[in-house]
Amino acid sequence: MNWSETLRISWAAVRSHGLRSILTVLGILIGIAAVILTVGLGLGTQKDVSAQISSLGSNLLIVSPGSSTSTTGIRGGFGTSSTLTLADSQALATSVSTPDIKGVAAEKTTPLALTANGTNWTTSVTGVTSSWLSVRARTLSSGSFITAANDTNSSAVVVLGSQTATQLFGSQNVVGQIVTINSKSFTVIGVLASVGSNSSSNLDDVAIVPMSTAANELIGGASSASVSTVYIEAKSAAQLSAAYQEADSLLLNLHGISNSANADFTISSQDALVSTATSVYRTLTVLLTGIAGLSLLVGGIGVMNIMLVSVTERTKEIGLRKALGAPPWAIRRQFLIEAAILGLSGGLLGALLGVVAAMALPGIIGSSVVISPGAVGLSIGVAIAIGVTFGVYPATRAAKLAPIDALRTE
Amino acid sequence: MVEKSIDISSKRDRTNSARAPRRAIELIGASKTYRSGSIEFEALRGIDLTIDVGEYVAIMGPSGSGKSTIMNILGCLDTLTTGEYRLGGDDVDDLDEIDLAAIRNEQIGFVFQQFNLMPSLSAWRNVEVPLMYARVPKDDRKVRAERALERVGLGDRLNNRPGELSGGQQQRVAVARALVSEPTIILADEPTGNLDSVSTMDVLALFDELHEAGRTIVLITHELEVAQRARRIVWVRDGEIQRDEVNAA
Repeated sequence: MNWSETLRISWAAVRSHGLRSILTVLGILIGIAAVILTVGLGLGTQKDVSAQISSLGSNLLIVSPGSSTSTTGIRGGFGTSSTLTLADSQALATSVSTPDIKGVAAEKTTPLALTANGTNWTTSVTGVTSSWLSVRARTLSSGSFITAANDTNSSAVVVLGSQTATQLFGSQNVVGQIVTINSKSFTVIGVLASVGSNSSSNLDDVAIVPMSTAANELIGGASSASVSTVYIEAKSAAQLSAAYQEADSLLLNLHGISNSANADFTISSQDALVSTATSVYRTLTVLLTGIAGLSLLVGGIGVMNIMLVSVTERTKEIGLRKALGAPPWAIRRQFLIEAAILGLSGGLLGALLGVVAAMALPGIIGSSVVISPGAVGLSIGVAIAIGVTFGVYPATRAAKLAPIDALRTE
Repeated sequence: MVEKSIDISSKRDRTNSARAPRRAIELIGASKTYRSGSIEFEALRGIDLTIDVGEYVAIMGPSGSGKSTIMNILGCLDTLTTGEYRLGGDDVDDLDEIDLAAIRNEQIGFVFQQFNLMPSLSAWRNVEVPLMYARVPKDDRKVRAERALERVGLGDRLNNRPGELSGGQQQRVAVARALVSEPTIILADEPTGNLDSVSTMDVLALFDELHEAGRTIVLITHELEVAQRARRIVWVRDGEIQRDEVNAA
């Protein structure tokens, strides 16, 4: 009695009770599909969030004016004061004490109305230096970006976000067109490629102008030297914390602050954001997978139930096989394989259903679902393991039946 | 294994002579007591029974006489409480379930009242089952199963399922299954109990043929008409052997 023969006998037994086997398989199937889907949804959401945060740029530190950890009660809140200046940004970029910083880009943002061909559109007008494009990891879909010369000359040029261009001109083919901001005419020299929106702002709805132009022509006043955000790009992910230390001590030094608790700026890293978001979604995924796992357990109990019925029903066949010379292990193996077949069928069909649902779901709920081959393989393995585990007791019971008692049953 | 027909009269002498025929079965002081709670039931009360290779013996008795217990003991489906059982010269007491399974597989061919064929398997698939447990290679099994079915006159019904065969034919498939592993004894428990008179004659004629060919057959029955086809009849009553006689008929 080798494995393939046992398999043939067990398969025949599963098939001979078609409906019952299908219902049992259904229990496993639903559990496996649920696990694959919840894990996929969790991973997909994590990926979405990470992608959104990463769209800010890679290996990025974000310096904001003000502090969120006020201890004296006299400093302005996070992001509201004008303590961060263009000079800070230039120092960060050029100082010899910041070897781990690759690039620095300052931003000065204010919402203003843009006019073109009689169309009005209010967007965040952002003054930047020429390094902004690479630090923020953005690309152009057409035209060119602001140059250092534009900045020096306070040129009246603008680079539009893809959505801004569409809103103003109805198309993105707008290089050379004229846009009016604060009754001053700007020439459109480029359009940014679309990247979508992150949780706090729409990255496609912006108007980028040279920093000096923004300071001198558009914003002016007392805050003309201040910037709203400085982005620091570290040379690599490994050098991020070194860059953080360097930027922190340089800025404290420049601002004449000895106690870092009194800092009038805040440095945050996107890593912190990513890890916070990831841990939240991971907790959620574990929770949901646990619930889905419970349904697998219920499916396993279903297998056990049906196997016990099967053993009882075939007591006479077991007795006969024993009389004809079947040793206990052969009987146990026969029923274990039968249980494994139920588990495997449930696992395969469940994985199929899970993958199909995972492909259909993003179109319905708009969230990505990540199916990893490892997770699918593992859940099929788990399904077989469940079949076998819950099949052990019924199979052992069959193997232990006394042949005379078994033969005597009708 | 195939010893040609033996002089029956000599077998009445139980003493061991130099030219004693080979023993197929020896029960010595065999007792079996069943316990159910506090109630004890003595099914066998120390019987002695010897059956030689090539004999055709009927064990006769009313229900409750202990003949089914004898059948279970002889078939290694149950073990003695006290006493000894030797099958083909080997002591089979104190063997575990795995060894007993091997003994049943190699040395005993069962024929049951209910035929006990597996309904989803064709005739030859049913017949090959004992060979599967004996780990006989696949091709070999088919050849031997076919040969056994030809032997019982069903060479043209190899691929029929039990449901497509008459009662007599089904019992002949069961006999083929009992024969296929060349066992020491063929143990038939009321083999004609579920058959009409024509099929009964049919199956009994098959046993006659097998006996002529030298097979050892033990037939358990409560019908005198059936028992009388055997060459020796052992009468059992209340767990004891009442009479053990050569069948004159």
